[in-house]
Amino acid sequence: MTYPAQGYGAYGPDPWRQSSWDARAAGNFIGGGMGGGLIAFTVISGAGGIARVALLLAGLALIGLGLFCVSLELGRPLRALNVFRNPRTSWMAREAWTSALLVPACLAAAAGAAGTPWLALLLALLFVYCQARLLQAAKGIPAWREPRLVPLLLVTGLVEGSGVFLVTAPLHDAATMWLLAAFALLVIARAFAWRVYRRRLAGKTSPGALATLDRAGRVLEIAGTLVPLVVVAAIAAGFVAGPSLLPSAAVAGLLAALAGAYFKFMLVTRAGFNQGFALPHLPVRGTRT
Amino acid sequence: MTRWAMVADLRRCVGCQTCTASCRHANATPPGVQWRRVLDIEQGEYPDVKRAFVPVGCQHCDDPPCLDVCPTAATKKRADGIVTIDYDLCIGCAYCAVACPYQARYKSSRPTFAYGRAMANETKRRDDSRLAVATKCTFCVDRIDEGVAKGLKPGIDPEATPACVNACITQALAFGDLDDPDSNVCRLLAENRHFRMHEELGTGPGFYYLWDANESPRGPA
Repeated sequence: MTYPAQGYGAYGPDPWRQSSWDARAAGNFIGGGMGGGLIAFTVISGAGGIARVALLLAGLALIGLGLFCVSLELGRPLRALNVFRNPRTSWMAREAWTSALLVPACLAAAAGAAGTPWLALLLALLFVYCQARLLQAAKGIPAWREPRLVPLLLVTGLVEGSGVFLVTAPLHDAATMWLLAAFALLVIARAFAWRVYRRRLAGKTSPGALATLDRAGRVLEIAGTLVPLVVVAAIAAGFVAGPSLLPSAAVAGLLAALAGAYFKFMLVTRAGFNQGFALPHLPVRGTRT
Repeated sequence: MTRWAMVADLRRCVGCQTCTASCRHANATPPGVQWRRVLDIEQGEYPDVKRAFVPVGCQHCDDPPCLDVCPTAATKKRADGIVTIDYDLCIGCAYCAVACPYQARYKSSRPTFAYGRAMANETKRRDDSRLAVATKCTFCVDRIDEGVAKGLKPGIDPEATPACVNACITQALAFGDLDDPDSNVCRLLAENRHFRMHEELGTGPGFYYLWDANESPRGPA
């Protein structure tokens, strides 16, 4: 196979899209972030009763769904428990351990055991952090190894979780104005984290990856940021009130959550270009004795 | 101490891919899996075109990204620098594949054969333990270990040397101990200008590329 030379100041084949991780792996980041964020936001909201139980279990279910997705990608799923063997250096193993600890913590929190909601919150945040570090540790993919991806994925998970929380708002009375404000702040923080990440990535990855990310970023900024913020502002200003308030908040949450999920899907499955090979020098033939 | 390393002289490589063929023969890798690949790179436009052939594969890094990310500890690094995979531990998550900046790792989900169905040789050498797990160049670690046990010198004695190095028709590939100042690889590195792939990532590849003599009469390229 003959490769054309790339134009990055070195000689070698252009980067190409990784094919090792597909939608199944993306599902883990989407479900995990959404579930972890939902657990965290549920604890912060102070929701009680059946709403708390349902939301915590839903958070666990989303995380479980994500882990199920990624298990479909395993070559040897019957050995899946080996994933716990190397927490010393592997963020994937740490993610697995955190998820294993999160389950009893959430169940205890759902049962109302004192102190456990905050433990569940801590573990949920740790889980999302592990996922962010997991992707960032993939050194072969420039768009993933950029350190600013960690805060972006962390806050994206929280936005998705808070979005799902708002989606369920019509079913419970736990959504308050200050939670809406927290949601809006998270949405703004995500947009800011995206801008910082994108700026740091300029020139560090292939044009194909940047074009993909820019497309996903536009969705994140418009459908996932602008529209939800307008809805929240309308609610705060009193333009939306009464029976349409909670459904409006649900729409804002849904858009923010879906935009985050779409962004992560694109990040994993479409923007995962490697860096190809790069020769700083071409051979000077005829000089070896 | 010993630090096994490979040196590829880009001035000598003619892109014949005999190393690729010999690796596939020695390690019985299936179609599409090339632990030793040779890139064919063209640079420039007619009539000012340059071409380079670049053997690539696992670089057996000093600080392998694949090692740290592996959740099962299936990937290990030996004291002599060779990075190995325990096929019985690997779960085939492919995390190592996306962590490797050299695209050196492969995962074959099902058996594949050169002519659709298994030929006699493919049946004989079929190894299902390598299915659905990560695989890569091992520097022919079994040959090295057996050779050393017999008192042979890897890089010098063919029996103890990686198959790709043995097969190279132009002696573009060399193998030896970086910690031995008298080794062939140390001599080549001392006499020639060289680089390592993606050195900026800090992985410390154990694979060096020669591109010019130290005292080139033509000067730097």
